[in-house]
Amino acid sequence: MTNPLIGKDSFQEADIVGITTPITKHNYLVKRASELPRVIKEAFFIARTGRPGPVVIDIAKDVFTTVLDYEYPQKVKLRGYKGDFTGDEGQIRDVVEALGEAKRPVFFIGGGVTLSNQTEVMREIVKNTGIPVVSSLMGLGCIPAKQEGFLGMVGMHGSYAANMAVQKSDLLIGIGVRFDDRVTGKIDAFAPNAKVVHFEVDKAEINKNVFSHYPVIGDLRWSLPIFNEQLQGSGEDYLDRFAKWHKQVVDMDRECPFSYKTNDKVIMPQQLIDTVSGMVDENTIVVTDVGQHQMWAAQFFNSRNPRQFITSGGLGTMGYGLPAALGAKLGCPDKRVVLFTGDGSVMMNCQEMSTAADNNIDIKVVLLHNRVLGMVTQWQRMFYGKRYSQTLLGGKTDYVKLAQAMGMEACRIEKPQELKASLEKALNVKGPMLIDVMLPANEDVLPMVAPGAQLDNMVLGGAEA
Amino acid sequence: MKKYILAVLVDNKPGVLTHVSGLISRRAFNIESISAGYTEDEDVTRINIEVSVEDDRELEQVVNQLGKLIDVIKIVNLGLVDSIVRELVLLKVRATKGSLADIRNIVDIFRGNIVDVSPENVVIELTGSQSKINAICEMLEDFEIIEIARTGAIALSRGPIPIKNM
Repeated sequence: MTNPLIGKDSFQEADIVGITTPITKHNYLVKRASELPRVIKEAFFIARTGRPGPVVIDIAKDVFTTVLDYEYPQKVKLRGYKGDFTGDEGQIRDVVEALGEAKRPVFFIGGGVTLSNQTEVMREIVKNTGIPVVSSLMGLGCIPAKQEGFLGMVGMHGSYAANMAVQKSDLLIGIGVRFDDRVTGKIDAFAPNAKVVHFEVDKAEINKNVFSHYPVIGDLRWSLPIFNEQLQGSGEDYLDRFAKWHKQVVDMDRECPFSYKTNDKVIMPQQLIDTVSGMVDENTIVVTDVGQHQMWAAQFFNSRNPRQFITSGGLGTMGYGLPAALGAKLGCPDKRVVLFTGDGSVMMNCQEMSTAADNNIDIKVVLLHNRVLGMVTQWQRMFYGKRYSQTLLGGKTDYVKLAQAMGMEACRIEKPQELKASLEKALNVKGPMLIDVMLPANEDVLPMVAPGAQLDNMVLGGAEA
Repeated sequence: MKKYILAVLVDNKPGVLTHVSGLISRRAFNIESISAGYTEDEDVTRINIEVSVEDDRELEQVVNQLGKLIDVIKIVNLGLVDSIVRELVLLKVRATKGSLADIRNIVDIFRGNIVDVSPENVVIELTGSQSKINAICEMLEDFEIIEIARTGAIALSRGPIPIKNM
C-alpha cells in the first residue's frame, strides 16, 4: 500500500502487522523511508539473537520510491531487548550438584542444541558421563541415531526405551526443549520420580508446561560449555557412577526397538524409510512433511548429523516439505536432499514441483502414498470408532503424471520385490525426481501413547505385536 | 482467582498496543482492565494491566510472556509491592430538582465532584479504590445511573523509586 491508502480497505490491502503478530517474534510497519535502515538493522538483530524467530517488515509502497541519504546504523538500540543471554553460573553449579545425588539421570535434548550449534559440546558431555539421551523431534541428529545410550525420540510416538527411561529417571535434564504436550503426555504423570533441570534461553518456557527444580536460563552457547567444564572439574567418574543405569536402558532399547513386519504383497512404510536410510550417505539432508510419514521418518531414518533432519515440529504444518526441501538444496547444493512426504501433505504445496523443475533443483521426493490422511485416520481408527470423516482421499490422483506435468521426472513403485532396485535407480537420477511408492492405507504409527495418557502407557507394535 | 496490577513500560511506538493485546488474547490471559498513557519520558508509554490469575505459575507466565515482547521495556507487579491503586469513574445520573440535594450528599460523603449539571442529570467524577467506586454506584442506583465510564485501575508504588529503577 502507498501511505495514503493504508487503512482504507484498498485493493489487495491486508493488515500484515496484525495478521503476523501471533506468528512472528516481532514485526514492523515502515511508513517513512528514514526509518528503514534502523528497522532492517533491528529486525536482523532480533531474528538472530536470543531465541531465534521470524521478524516481518511491512513496507509502505511509496517508501520504495523515496530518495534518502542512506546511513546504515552500526549499533542496535532497543530498550526492551538485549540479545545477550548469559545467565547465572550458580544455576549450573546447582545442576552439577544435583547430578552428584542422582542415580538415574536422563538427558532430554531438543532443537535448541542444534540452533545454538552446541552439538559437539553436547556429544562430549554425553560421551564423558554415559547418561542416556532421549530427543524431541527437533533434536534428532544431534546424537547419532545408532549410538549406544541414545534412545531416540520420546513422547507420543517415541521409543519404548526413551519413554520408560524418562518415567524411571530421577533427574531429567532438558536441554533446549520446551516440554511439548506431544512429549510429556499426561503432565501430572510425566517423569513422576524426577527432579527436572531446564537449560533454556527463553525465560517464559521455564515452568510453562513442566515445573523445573533447576532452571538454567541463558543461551546454550553460554551454559553448555560451562556445564561441560564443571562436569569435568567435578572429579566424579560419571561413566562408572551411571554404568548400571546406562546398561539398564540400553537393554530396554535392545529388547524393544522400533521395528516392523514385512510381507511379500505390499511395501511397508517403515521398510521404505529403512531402505532409503540404508542407501544414502551420512551427509544426506532428510526433509519431511507432516503426518504418519513424518513419524516413521523420525523413527526409522538413521539421522547422524544435526541440521539434516528438517521437519515442521511443534506447529506441524502440512505442505512444509516441498518448499523446505527446495530451500535445503539451495542452501546446501553439495548435499543430497531427500523429501519424505505423503499424498495428503504434498498436495498442500504441489505447485512447487514446477519450481523444482523450472530451476532444476535436485531434490528426490519420496511419496508415501496410502490414499488417506493417515495420522487422522489412525486417530479415527483408535479413538473415534473408525468414522473416517473427510480423510479418505479417493486415490484418483496420478502423482507420477502430476509430477511429469510439472516438468519433473517420476516413477512408481508398487511391489516389495522391486523396492530396492527401483529406489536405487530413482535416487540416482540427475535432477528433481518424484518416487510414488504405493503403501497400505491402514498402517498405524506405533508405539503410541494416547493423547492425555502417561508416557509408560504405550500401545506397542512392530515385529513382536 | 487473584488480581494483580502490572505496570508495563513499553516503547512509545505504533503497533505496541497490537502486540500487547494480541499476546493477552492468544495466551487466553484474564484481563480485568487495561489502560495506557504517556509518562515522564516521551519515548515511553505506561500500560496498566489488571490481571486475574489462578495461581503463581499463571502469574509468572503472564509476566514472562509479556516480557518477551520486544517493545516491552519493564514489567513490575505492583500487587507485590506496597502501592497506591486508584481508578477514575465518570457517572451520568438522572437528577431532578427533588433529588439533586440527596445526590450531592452522597457525592460529598464519597468525596466526589459534580462536574456537569443539566435539567435532567448530573455528571459525577470520583477517584478511589474499586470498592469505593462500586459502593457509590450501589448508592446511586436508586436515582438511575444512565451511563458509566471507568478507567480501570492504575497504580504507583510508595516511596521515591520509580518502577524503571526497580
